[in-house]
Amino acid sequence: MKLELRGITKRFGSLVANDHINLVVNSGEIHALLGENGAGKSTLMNVLYGLYTADEGDILLDGVVQKFKGPGDAMAAGIGMVHQHFMLIPVFTVAENVVLGHEPTGILDTLDIDTARKRVREISDRFGFEIDPDALVEDLPVGSQQRVEIIKALARDAKVLVLDEPTAVLTPQETDELMGIMKGLAKAGTSIVFITHKLREVQAVADRITVIRLGAVVGEAKPTDSAATLATMMVGRAVDLSVSKKEPKRGETGLSVAGLTVIGDRNNKVVDDVSFEVHAGEVLAIAGVQGNGQTELAEALVGLRTPSAGSIHLGKMDITHSSVRDVIDAGVGYIPEDRSKDGLVGDFTIAENFMINRSYGPPFAKGLNIDFGNRERIASQLIGDYDVRTPSQVTLAKNLSGGNQQKVVVARELSRDLNLLIASQPTRGVDVGSIEFIHERIIATRDAGKPVVIVSTELDEVTSLADRIAVMYRGRIVGIVDAKTSRETLGRMMAGATV
Amino acid sequence: MSTVVTPGLFSQVDVSVSKKTPYLMAAFAVFVLVAFGFVGKTDIVAFQWSKQDDLIHLPDFLVASNVVGLILGTTLVAIAVASFVLAQGKRVTPLWLTLIFGMLAVVALLAWLAAGNTLPFAFILGNAVVLAVPLALGAMGGIMSERVGVVNIAIEGQLLTGAFLAAVVGSLTDNLYLGLAVAMIGAALLSTVLAVFAIQYLVDQIIVGVVLNVLVLGITNFLYAQWLSSDGQNSNFPGTFPIIPIPGLSAIPIIGPALFEARITTYLAYLIIPTLWFILFKTRLGLRARAVGEHPLAADTVGINVARTRFWWVTIGGLVAGLGGAALTIGAVGAFGRNMSGGQGFIALAVVILGRWHPLSAAAAALLFGFSIVLRIWANQVSPGIPTDFITIVPYVVTLIAVVGFVGRVRAPAADGQPYIKG
Repeated sequence: MKLELRGITKRFGSLVANDHINLVVNSGEIHALLGENGAGKSTLMNVLYGLYTADEGDILLDGVVQKFKGPGDAMAAGIGMVHQHFMLIPVFTVAENVVLGHEPTGILDTLDIDTARKRVREISDRFGFEIDPDALVEDLPVGSQQRVEIIKALARDAKVLVLDEPTAVLTPQETDELMGIMKGLAKAGTSIVFITHKLREVQAVADRITVIRLGAVVGEAKPTDSAATLATMMVGRAVDLSVSKKEPKRGETGLSVAGLTVIGDRNNKVVDDVSFEVHAGEVLAIAGVQGNGQTELAEALVGLRTPSAGSIHLGKMDITHSSVRDVIDAGVGYIPEDRSKDGLVGDFTIAENFMINRSYGPPFAKGLNIDFGNRERIASQLIGDYDVRTPSQVTLAKNLSGGNQQKVVVARELSRDLNLLIASQPTRGVDVGSIEFIHERIIATRDAGKPVVIVSTELDEVTSLADRIAVMYRGRIVGIVDAKTSRETLGRMMAGATV
Repeated sequence: MSTVVTPGLFSQVDVSVSKKTPYLMAAFAVFVLVAFGFVGKTDIVAFQWSKQDDLIHLPDFLVASNVVGLILGTTLVAIAVASFVLAQGKRVTPLWLTLIFGMLAVVALLAWLAAGNTLPFAFILGNAVVLAVPLALGAMGGIMSERVGVVNIAIEGQLLTGAFLAAVVGSLTDNLYLGLAVAMIGAALLSTVLAVFAIQYLVDQIIVGVVLNVLVLGITNFLYAQWLSSDGQNSNFPGTFPIIPIPGLSAIPIIGPALFEARITTYLAYLIIPTLWFILFKTRLGLRARAVGEHPLAADTVGINVARTRFWWVTIGGLVAGLGGAALTIGAVGAFGRNMSGGQGFIALAVVILGRWHPLSAAAAALLFGFSIVLRIWANQVSPGIPTDFITIVPYVVTLIAVVGFVGRVRAPAADGQPYIKG
């Protein structure tokens, strides 16, 4: 089926998320939609899927204008979507998830689960998915859950399949498998829209590429174009994403973690007997597919979670059971993975956000009072030093772009005298310009002789920043390897293979 | 394709099961064994299995009170040990075992209270069923609401509305069926208010629920004081539905008269509970409802109308709770009293949780609470030596222990209480 978008415009208040976007996807084609975080890709797809209504423009399928009032209409017209965050119900079985919304029924509205099962098995066998229809979705690994999403779309006879950042949660091997699946589907006649910001994947699988930036189409590109060309189109200027850094000057042990175990919310060992050391002046990256315990490990290091066993030493000091404030006072800087939830108070001004982890003492407080003069001085200096693009220091944090919000967090954490920096997903959802800046600052911290721990699920980020890489899988550290280790080896480790 | 379907993340790690339940059981079992057995009363208890007019009449069973305590106490210890062994093997104590434990503990208490007296077992069981009906129906209303993701604190208000309207309309029109219908519709309308505020206007569901409870309590108290208390003959004297024995079934010894010589409100409960189970877990309608309660956005993306689903389930849940309210008046005592529900709506909430949002388990849990209420009524009559206030708190203590001690880790519907805001 041929999909055509003509002049799609979507505004949120004064923000134009999509500005007269035109896109043509031919039958059986894999069409990549390439753009930075916040370029408007997901908005466009939500318009296509009927979750949002476009302010202007038309959606055409095989030349016929469509009017979608909701996802139900889009699905009925033959559009299937695999969302970035899976739309699966964890406590339902695969078969129940697949048929939800168009269930086969018997007498008295009873669910015909046998037919549902058969349908799942049929699609699963045709494309080699190896999915058990009776498995509970919550028991499946992420890669399999994604296949359930694809089956869900195919079970509704989707002729156009939209995949929104599908590789974000996959290991490199799973990514390769997904690409094989995409090619198989395209050969069988399905049109595929592949939304991503990863150049490597676009080059590997796309037939044609449309690049969008700041909500508008910049142009079309070919998969044979060089990565540099694609990156320039995507960002709008020449970019150099390789981080230049000198050999590390390793000093004393700055952080040592021994036998650390953390019990998670569901009473399981989300961090399982983890031990490692980080020296002053080196970056240790914790790599792994999302949800393998990295978040909980970082939270345990800064005192947000109480370990059930093991120890954490900052230099010689035992901080295993220290309160968060003691950890902060000991000189641990922490960039949390979700800035809007844990890093900032959106309804506070930038200046207030700068002081929230040191509100109780100098330089921000004098006795019981806020030292407003000092705060204003520090805030304007940090805004300058860290290149925070903002109208003023009393602008509310929630009104900044993602990249500038992240710079506020980075400025707050790095402007103190640190003994350790822990940065969780430091560049997630951040524009390329800010990524370069934040990476430089992290390396500068290392070069100033501080131990640095990076937690990242982006393999590119891990390999460009790290001096050593620890790979986590199911709460355990599979191995700690040199930063020059090949992608393939790291990928195998992320799937649980030991070196 | 090399990936095989494997269990989820962290599945291989050691998941320990809390030993709270076995320890609590053990404490109760030892208490029963010692207090009612070893140092129990030696007077004879007459277990009265059937009433005089039952078709098959069983003779009374005479036994010393402390012997019952010893036997049941030992059984309870055995159950506690079984629970402990299960916990050792990393398995959760099944709900039915917990319920049997509760029932046996209550029987042991009964035997102790009735030392030197008759224990009208048939009477107690029959009344336990009657008293469990409003709780069970209130809980069904709660399950219907919470399964689609709306927390329903207003069950108390719905029971009270149903009780009031059934009595007043039944009395004024002299038609109990009309009273029943109006009671159900009234409670459903109250539910609609909750649904509209919670779903349309995204007001905090707990606050709306509490406000509705206070509102209904205030209005019914006012009307009772101003009107019903002075004009009771006319407006608050509806009588009750007739007791209809079901031929054959009601002749079964012990349980027959208790379960199958009942009023229409009880029979409706028998009908509604399995029907709700069937709809929730076996039909398309139920699958969609549960999807809305677990992950509303996912339901929306497959074309299910979240707001409409929630609205109707909450509203019809009110209808069911209204029937429960009617069961309090025209299904039992035949008149409305001030604050008639007296916290039973909140006990119904506990029943929902103890029953793990499952209609059949919740019905069993409601029966346990019915038991504890009838115990209170009966014990007040036979054992004047025990302070009334002490026995009055029994149902509430059972609630507390059940929720805190035996429920363990349960999973509510994932989106329970969360408003769904469409993008």
